[in-house]
Amino acid sequence: MRHFTFERAKSVDEAVKGGAQPEAAFLAGGTSLVDLMKLEVLTPLRIVDVSRLDLQKIEARTGGLVLGALATNTDVALHPEVRRRLPALAEALLSGASPQLRNAATVGGNLLQRTRCAYFRDLATLCNKRTPRSGCDALEGWTRMHAILGGSNQCIAAHPSDMCVALAAFDARVKVRGPQGEREIALTDFHLLPEQHPDREFALSPGELVISVFVPTTAAAARSRYVKVRDRASYAFALVSCAAGLELSGGTSGRIIREARVALGGVGTKPWRSIEAERALAGQPPTKDSFRKAAELLLAGAQPRRDNAFKVELAKRTMVRALTLAAEGA
Amino acid sequence: MRLELRINGSVRSLEVEPLKRLLDVLREDLILTGTKEGCGEGECGACAVLLDGQLVNSCLVAVCQAAGASVVTIEGLSSSALTPLQRSFVECGGAQCGICTPGMIVAGQCFLDSGAAATDEAVREAIAGNLCRCTGYTKIVESIQHAARETR
Repeated sequence: MRHFTFERAKSVDEAVKGGAQPEAAFLAGGTSLVDLMKLEVLTPLRIVDVSRLDLQKIEARTGGLVLGALATNTDVALHPEVRRRLPALAEALLSGASPQLRNAATVGGNLLQRTRCAYFRDLATLCNKRTPRSGCDALEGWTRMHAILGGSNQCIAAHPSDMCVALAAFDARVKVRGPQGEREIALTDFHLLPEQHPDREFALSPGELVISVFVPTTAAAARSRYVKVRDRASYAFALVSCAAGLELSGGTSGRIIREARVALGGVGTKPWRSIEAERALAGQPPTKDSFRKAAELLLAGAQPRRDNAFKVELAKRTMVRALTLAAEGA
Repeated sequence: MRLELRINGSVRSLEVEPLKRLLDVLREDLILTGTKEGCGEGECGACAVLLDGQLVNSCLVAVCQAAGASVVTIEGLSSSALTPLQRSFVECGGAQCGICTPGMIVAGQCFLDSGAAATDEAVREAIAGNLCRCTGYTKIVESIQHAARETR
């Protein structure tokens, strides 16, 4: 590990000041940063420990939930109001990592977690995300875990988060504070597509610290599910996952989708919300046929590579499954 | 930096580098070698300890983050005799090569303390972050379930 300076921020303002310095990194739960520093994938010169800031609170307000940036994944997943008002988020969190990691990992850290692309994590290979314009060994490499949506000729690394998929589907907004003050960023704008600059992953300026996430809890959120398909029954990153929510109207015989929410994980270079699929579902009956059509639409632009063509059909089936479970209700 | 840790009930004052891993502080500074290093990157759970009552991987905890906190390691689960869970591991054959065993027992104890019903699925999920290279999972799950029956 390289040398660095260490400071523990006593206030958000102090953290922002430290974080705005060159080559600074915020440390919260440490489950990503400490790991990547040991691999020397990340070599910050200045560590700003934000873990003792008073940002742990989870608040259930009328109309939505406020998740403090330092609330742990376990705390959010087990919160009774999260389970009741946004079950897909609780399910997404519980499907991620292991108990040990969920106890340490935070909301803010999960938003900022880096890809698990094996080439990004291996200094012996080329990676445009790690070293801009150096090349990408994934493009012609082993691509089983890589993205089929949102890639570029520079990068096809999949976004690893489960939590962010659920938050993307339900219009979450991220509150950040930086040297210029506070602002809100829609979760779907928070992560950037790789395009020609895969090293730029977040819509954040230097020093900006995640304070909290607000997620509106609508009727579709209350009727939401998260389905994750992976190589093992537990403790693995998604091959494909889907957060889905439905607001239905009408009686049991003639139900109609008033509003749909869909986002996919494991297939995109960022959490993959599809407004197009949601619009296609609105006004339709909640049947397998409607779900399949929306899934075909969402995956129409998929660009699979040598080892991950299976993800196209798997994503469609996973989406149909998540929507079916959502339609069935809790 | 200078910091205090409550290790297995007693307060220890240490002069350490802030980002030294809690795992290394336990093993090298405090000679508590019951906690094992497996992968060193949060995958295997051999280094699991309780930090303020929460199960964590000590290879991913910077020691500065544990300052002032209470840490319980495998050595701290019992002061003398084996715990019911440790006895179950002996009786049910829950240990083979032994490297994963301390982490398995800390995670298993955490599960037993949660009071959750010891179904196959619940026990397997509770130890999902603990890998056994001998793949002795069946006996490990049986050991935890045996201890649940003995103690509840």
